[in-house]
Amino acid sequence: MENNGRFGDFGGFYVPEVLIPALEEIERAFYRFKGDPKFVAQLDELYTRYAGRPTPLYFAKRFSEYVGFKVYVKREDLLHGGAHKVNNTLGQGLLAKFMGKTKLIAETGAGQHGLATAMIGALFGMQTKIFMGTVDTRRQSVNVHKMKLCGAEVIPVAGGTGTLKDAINEALRYWTANVIDTFYLFGSVCGPHPYPTVVKHFQMPIGTEARKQCIEQIGKPPDMVVACVGGGSNAIGIFSGFFDDKKVRLIGVEAGGEGVQTGKHCATLLEGKIGVFHGSRSYLLQSDEGQIYETHSVSAGLDYPAVGPEHCFLKDTQRAEYVTADDEDVLDAFEIFTKSEGILPALESAHALAFLISQKGKLPKDTVAVINLSGRGDKDVGIVEEHRPVQ
Amino acid sequence: MTTYKETFGKLNRAALIPFFVIGDPDFETSLSVVKSAIDAGADVLELGIPFSDPIADGPTIQKADIRALNAGMTVRKALDFIKRVTDYKSIPIGLLVYYNLVYQYGTEKFLKDFKAAGGSSVLVADLSIDDSDEIAGPAKEAGLETVFMITPVTTDERAERIAEKTTGFIYTVSLLGVTGERASLSNMVKPLVTKLKTLTDVPVCVGFGVSSPQHAKAIAAAGADGVIIGSRIVKMIEDNLNDKQKMQSEISVFITQVKSVLE
Repeated sequence: MENNGRFGDFGGFYVPEVLIPALEEIERAFYRFKGDPKFVAQLDELYTRYAGRPTPLYFAKRFSEYVGFKVYVKREDLLHGGAHKVNNTLGQGLLAKFMGKTKLIAETGAGQHGLATAMIGALFGMQTKIFMGTVDTRRQSVNVHKMKLCGAEVIPVAGGTGTLKDAINEALRYWTANVIDTFYLFGSVCGPHPYPTVVKHFQMPIGTEARKQCIEQIGKPPDMVVACVGGGSNAIGIFSGFFDDKKVRLIGVEAGGEGVQTGKHCATLLEGKIGVFHGSRSYLLQSDEGQIYETHSVSAGLDYPAVGPEHCFLKDTQRAEYVTADDEDVLDAFEIFTKSEGILPALESAHALAFLISQKGKLPKDTVAVINLSGRGDKDVGIVEEHRPVQ
Repeated sequence: MTTYKETFGKLNRAALIPFFVIGDPDFETSLSVVKSAIDAGADVLELGIPFSDPIADGPTIQKADIRALNAGMTVRKALDFIKRVTDYKSIPIGLLVYYNLVYQYGTEKFLKDFKAAGGSSVLVADLSIDDSDEIAGPAKEAGLETVFMITPVTTDERAERIAEKTTGFIYTVSLLGVTGERASLSNMVKPLVTKLKTLTDVPVCVGFGVSSPQHAKAIAAAGADGVIIGSRIVKMIEDNLNDKQKMQSEISVFITQVKSVLE
């Protein structure tokens, strides 16, 4: 490897030997092509014409009135596929194409990354397999169907807890046996190097655009930038635009599930202990002995016991703050935001909204918050209906 | 304590190395099974501490890990298990473990305690030579040998570096994939072993997908110093969970058969 993939002491590439050449190959290709004019031009065109970039920065007037300060919403939910995931799948998919790979595999939790990969598999004419835990295939059946319509094969993973971590286990095992012609299109800023760096790179347009739009619309950077954190790709994407604006608070919101005190949550940064899992050193939800815990969240996309190494670094260096939002507050936020703006947020993104609601009446009214609305909530309507039947 | 080099040197044939998940299906049964494997002629043991997310393992060993964890296996109990085995007979024990378990226990303390229990070498499934400093120093300090993997996709240049870091034996992965039974032996074994033998004089053992006495014989004929058989044996545990007598006798018979083709 050219780079050790470290963020402080976090990150690295802790994988079985058989995967090392494949990771090295991706790293080499990434550094070779990321600045290549032909690659950049093709990716820009795909971002613009296929995915719908740039996405708007929208002033949520009625929601702002509700919380008592100014809330601007980065509308990643408007992207093709309904979430920020397409930024990364277009980037890595194009990288795979430039590398001459013909097959894609990916893991998925909520199905958003799986769908975004299936779309790109169709777009580039690549054979695509998506690994998805059986708990998730049940709670996100519409996304499963969409992936299949795009021509992807969805492989249900029953082992372990039947969620995202087990889907990753199985995708890694499959990749081990098929490293020669298959590109593993990893979905978040976690996993072994170079993925945290690669995925961040392809999610950076969120932050770059958001900062530029703030200057254009408000005349200055915001006071805070808020995003939900599962693995952490949408958060890194938007945070990265403001790293140099030292006064801008960066706030990541983890899933508090049924409440961190119940143990049923995925508040990895806040409640986890440092360990090594899925190729990376990061905070982890684990037993004293290091067995990995089952996690819980109302949103499938945050249900993961590890977290991106750069977030661990941002936490320890105090450049970013991390908080949690519990399921019930997230469902409230979903309802409040939808009623005030006519926009259905993904339950993942609703965690960030829940944090803003928790600040209602606590911040000066001229405070400007930018929140990354990382995905739209159509996929979650069934879950919300289960928890909160519409009268 | 004899080194692997001495162990393999003395044998004048390929060593038979069965693999077991410690505590599968429970502590006492697992111990009886391992003892009967020793009695049947195992030369070296490869033992794994069960982990919740074993990414290098196929379904058979995953299930064994879950059985062992459900029966209450812990890292501390696993070390006790190893002590019980070496009390029974002095036999080289190679450990296969996922890094997080070592890391949480405290790497130095873990390796010291493993050595005290009678262990010989450690292979961390998800730690490559690039990060081997995290384990090599403490292993040497504890008096343990190191084992690293080489696969069919490892370049020659990297294979040489791996051999340099290896003080015990090279665990040669015979195929692209995770552990598990295979109907036929990978055709990559012979060229890989031949190549490694020209690159290094560190002992070379072969594992992954080794499922029959014929496979073992072919690996020995290719020039390997040892044959590691895991999933095939672990499957005999899985298939006989309700009949521990049969479990033990099937494993004994199988090990005796493999041993006879190696001798």
